[in-house]
Amino acid sequence: MEILVIKDLAKNFYLHNPGLEIKSCQNINLSLEKGQFVGIVGLSGAGKSTILKCINRSYLPMQGEIIYDSEAFGEINLATATEREILYLRRYEIGYVSQFLNVMPRTTAKEHVMSALLDMGVTAAEADDDAKEMLSYFRLPENLWDLYPATFSGGERLRLNLAHAMVKRPRLLMLDEPTASLDHKTKILVKDMLKKLKDKDTSMLGIFHDLEFMEGVCDKVFNISEGAFYGES
Amino acid sequence: MHLNEKPVLSVKNLVVRYGEGCPHCQENLEKNRCSVCGSVWAANDISLEVYPGEVLGIVGESGSGKSTLMKALYFDFAPTSGEALLRDYKDGSKNIWDASSAEQRMIRNNIMGMVYQNPVLGLRMNYSAASNIAEKIIAAGSRNAGKMTERATELLEAVEILTSRMSEAPKNFSGGMQQRVQISKALANNPAILLLDEVTTGLDLSVQSKVLDLIRKIKAKYGISILLVSHDLAVIRMLADRTIVMLDGKIIESGLTDQILEDPQEAYTQQLVHSLI
Repeated sequence: MEILVIKDLAKNFYLHNPGLEIKSCQNINLSLEKGQFVGIVGLSGAGKSTILKCINRSYLPMQGEIIYDSEAFGEINLATATEREILYLRRYEIGYVSQFLNVMPRTTAKEHVMSALLDMGVTAAEADDDAKEMLSYFRLPENLWDLYPATFSGGERLRLNLAHAMVKRPRLLMLDEPTASLDHKTKILVKDMLKKLKDKDTSMLGIFHDLEFMEGVCDKVFNISEGAFYGES
Repeated sequence: MHLNEKPVLSVKNLVVRYGEGCPHCQENLEKNRCSVCGSVWAANDISLEVYPGEVLGIVGESGSGKSTLMKALYFDFAPTSGEALLRDYKDGSKNIWDASSAEQRMIRNNIMGMVYQNPVLGLRMNYSAASNIAEKIIAAGSRNAGKMTERATELLEAVEILTSRMSEAPKNFSGGMQQRVQISKALANNPAILLLDEVTTGLDLSVQSKVLDLIRKIKAKYGISILLVSHDLAVIRMLADRTIVMLDGKIIESGLTDQILEDPQEAYTQQLVHSLI
C-alpha cells in the first residue's frame, strides 16, 4: 500500500533580480510503499533535495501532486495542503532531517531532542526517558547532554539532528544526506536505527552519498536524472 | 494542536490611513502615500489569523506597517476601518474596535499582553518591577496584596529577574532586564495572545538569546499565542510557525516560516532573505 505518490512534480525558482528562472526538478513521478525505503540518487544540482523540500513544503511545488496517505486526514495533497495542515503533519507524522542543525539558543542537546516529543503532547518524564535513550543510542557522550550544541563538533551535531528526527518515530521520514560527515561506526548505528524504524512501518525517502552502504535497508533506488527507478533489493 | 480550533485572533481588512483619503488613493499610491491627496496608508487591507499556541511572525522594513498593526490591536489608536475578532471577547462575535472604552481596557488587561520595542512605552520606569506587575493585576480587578506579590514573584522568576531586585525601579535595570520585566508585566493576567513588537532590537546577542529563550519557554509553558514583529529574520526563523511579509502597509507574502525563508516568491522577500547575514 502506498503512503506517498508523487505525480508530475516540477519546481523552478524565479529570481526577480536579475530576472532569472532556474529549473530544478521536472516531471518527477515516484511512489513509496508503507514501510519501504527509497533512495534518491543523481548528480549534484539535479534536484534531489528539492524533491524532499517540496514534500516537506519548505519549497512551494510549481506543478504536480504529492499525495500522502495521512493518519489524520486520509489522502492529502501536500502541494496544496493548508499551512496549518502541514504544521500538523510535521508535528505528528512527517520527519525531515538534513545535514544542518537548527537549534534555539540556550537549548541543551537533551532539550532539543525532547522538544520533538513535547510538541506531540508526550509527557515531560516520558520525553526525558526517550531522549536519553536516543542520545545514548547515537553515542553522544552523556556529559554533552546538558550542554548547548553551539560548540559541538560536526559529527556530534549530526547525531543530535538524527536523534531529534528519529525520536518521534514518524510515519514518513525524509533524510537529506544526514550521514555525510559521519564516521563508519556511527553510520552503522544510523543504518541499524533506520532498519528498526522500517520494522515499525516508518516509510523513508533518503539521499545518501554512498547508497551501497545502505544495502539491506534501501528497497528501491530512484535516479532523478533518468526520472525513473532502477535496482531493487 | 487541533485543526478545528478557532483562531485566537482574526483581523479582517484593517486600514489605518493618515489623511482624508480620496477616490483615487488606491490607484495613486507611491509606496504607501497617495500622490493626489497626500494621505498615508500605514496599514492597507491587512487580514490575518493567529491560532492557539501559534507564533505568527511579521517581517518587513521600517515603515511597512508592522508596528501600526500592533498598536491598532492594542488600542493605542483607532483604525480607519476593519475588524478584529478575539476568541475570548464575546466568543469572537464582536469587533474589538467597536467595543466601549471600558471593554477595550478589559481586553488590554485580560486578553492581550503587549511588549513594546521601547520599554519606556510599556513600563512605569519609576515604579518598582513588582509594582509594574501589580498595576496590571489591579487593573484586571484583583485587590489581594498577598496574591499580587506571589504572582509578581512567580513572573519575575520566570523571566530570570532576581526577586531580590523586584523592589527596584526598572530605570535602574539594563535594556534586556527592562524587556524581561515588560514581558512579565504583559503575562500578569494570563493573556490569550501576546503582542511582541521588536522585543530583541537593540539588545546585545547574549541578552537577545535570553529573551528568545524566554519567549520559547513562555509559549511551551502557557500555550500562549504570539504575534511577533521583527525585522530580524533569525528571530523569526527560530520562533515563528508561520510568517507574514509586509511592505508599504500591505501583506505581500505569507507562508510557513521555512518556506518564506527558503523559497521566497516576491521580489522584496527575496531581497530581504538575500540580505540575511
